[in-house]
Amino acid sequence: MAVASPDTAIRTSRITRVFIYLFLLLFALFYLLPFGIMLVNSLKPLSEITGGNMIALPQDWTIAPWLSAWSTAQIGVEPTGLRPYFVNSLVMAIPAVVLSTMVGALNGYVLTKWQFRGSTIIFGLLLFSCFIPFQIVLIPMARILGLLDIAGSTPGLILVHFVYGIGFTTLYFRNYYAAFPTELVRAAQIDGAGFFQIFWRIMLPSSGPIIAVSFIWQFTNIWNDFLFGASFASGGSAPMTVALNNLVNSSTGVREYNVHFAGAIMAAAPTLLVYIVAGRYFVRGLMAGSVKG
Amino acid sequence: MGFLDIANVTKSYGAVEVLHKVDIDVAEGEFLVLVGPSGCGKSTLLNMIAGLEGITSGEIRIKDRVMNGVHPSRRNIAMVFQSYALYPNMTVGKNITFGLEMHGTPKAEREKAMQHVAQLLQIEHLLDRKPGQLSGGQRQRVAMGRALVRNPDVFLFDEPLSNLDAKLRVDMRTEIKKLHQRLGTTIVYVTHDQIEAMTLSTRIAVMFDGYVQQLGTPKEIYDSPANLFVATFMGSPAMNVLQARLVDRDGALYALITAADDQERALRIENAPPAYAAYKDAKVLLGIRPEAITDPEGADRNARNIQSLTNRVTVTEPAGADTFVTMTISGKDCIARMRADADVLPGRDFDFAINMDKAVLFDPKTDLRIA
Repeated sequence: MAVASPDTAIRTSRITRVFIYLFLLLFALFYLLPFGIMLVNSLKPLSEITGGNMIALPQDWTIAPWLSAWSTAQIGVEPTGLRPYFVNSLVMAIPAVVLSTMVGALNGYVLTKWQFRGSTIIFGLLLFSCFIPFQIVLIPMARILGLLDIAGSTPGLILVHFVYGIGFTTLYFRNYYAAFPTELVRAAQIDGAGFFQIFWRIMLPSSGPIIAVSFIWQFTNIWNDFLFGASFASGGSAPMTVALNNLVNSSTGVREYNVHFAGAIMAAAPTLLVYIVAGRYFVRGLMAGSVKG
Repeated sequence: MGFLDIANVTKSYGAVEVLHKVDIDVAEGEFLVLVGPSGCGKSTLLNMIAGLEGITSGEIRIKDRVMNGVHPSRRNIAMVFQSYALYPNMTVGKNITFGLEMHGTPKAEREKAMQHVAQLLQIEHLLDRKPGQLSGGQRQRVAMGRALVRNPDVFLFDEPLSNLDAKLRVDMRTEIKKLHQRLGTTIVYVTHDQIEAMTLSTRIAVMFDGYVQQLGTPKEIYDSPANLFVATFMGSPAMNVLQARLVDRDGALYALITAADDQERALRIENAPPAYAAYKDAKVLLGIRPEAITDPEGADRNARNIQSLTNRVTVTEPAGADTFVTMTISGKDCIARMRADADVLPGRDFDFAINMDKAVLFDPKTDLRIA
């Protein structure tokens, strides 16, 4: 039986192979290095860091810096730790992600399956919002939040991120639904399904991969945002990124580097987690439209 | 008043009119096939009956109810799409009952209707599967089940067989015909395949360029095509269209053609319609179907006027059941369809028997049949 097997393939020399793996390993290490140093230093007592031993493993393992960063560290003027701000970020990010994903899906559905005169222009304008730098909208946004009386609050931040995300989510869903067979929508129309019934029963159940993409993208961006958080949320309603900055930059007392490292890892953890859990959907979803079309 | 009336319907996109005054009455229980090459407007017309496209002018009525502007779900129609358009996220059973659910039919009734249809189409064992797990033929059945379960006034089929392989297509064609004979429903069926049109229909509308070229029974369309387009579009191999001259010799009409040896041959025409008289000594186009040209032994015994023609054979193509023989007449290839064991050799002269009962004449200027 002539079955293709590895030993019939053209042989790559052993040395080349070793070289390739070494090369890849080196790059992996290089990318892991900053995270490794953060982790190592967050588990040391402060004296070991100030003693000038940044790279070495801790002699004295401790989780005290983590506990301190989470619940007792000085953030601005209050010794609350990062916990309340972590909650702030969750309360801000989850509704903003869900809302922008839903509106993006609805936009994509309308722009591909219910095209109207000028729909291409509207899509073009929506795309523009992907390219507008954050700084440009700061002042108009502040004015609007003030008018709506939600300035400096978490609902205000939700609104900002929700509106800002629509451009990207619409782009994702429009491209995904462009490859979705229009005959299905027509069949559903004949079957008697209405606009929203088609959306809920036919389109959304088939949109898993692109929902994952939209969710990851939006969550990462919103969670990591600093500018809007620093501009539109003050004091107790600040998100994690702003709180981390306040922790690191607090000018009173000793600079507790180990606590800072622990706090930074906490701030990065949710996005890391989202990537690890849903990362393969991300790649799959990004590919989906291109392969099908 | 028909069951489904298409009355002077036109369709325009902006200034461009793509369908021109289509006028078709479909009786209850009829199987109307819209056939034509791509871009002829047949699918547009079907979508207009379904309500998926607007009507620019004219009226479409089902059971005397004007359907212009009525939503597709309120026309009591069902449609089978080319791609089947099964909902990928639902099971076969859900696919079939989705329409009933949207129309508010109670669950128990839906179940009963589904079982009935599944039994009819022999897809009971597939009800719990997803469309992705089905073969092409099974998907086709499910798509028909989804249409049948609604018990609609009119079924619309949009090229339902063109995604199937050749053998399955023939099987499903028979299935559809059986289904129509058993249920006696009114069907409008779009296809570009003239064999599907001939085999399935009770009436055919041949369309080209936004016009209905001819509307008639399969036999009318095949034997008396209204114009050159219909004549050459329907039938495979296509009808031979030969340049000829009409002459009167001693009171009998003859069509003069040029054989391969550049000599003129005369084919006598009997029972000529009066309209032929106007074309005496004029150029005409002589249309003869391949099966009307045979070897003398294979000629139709019921034919009244068989003319003999000796001509050089250029190519023979044995196709199993038939042998196709090509010769040159008036400078063009002319194909004859013969028995498989007809004794024909390329490069030799052969006595062809032409059944002139089946011959038709076309005006070379207007392309219309002379009758």
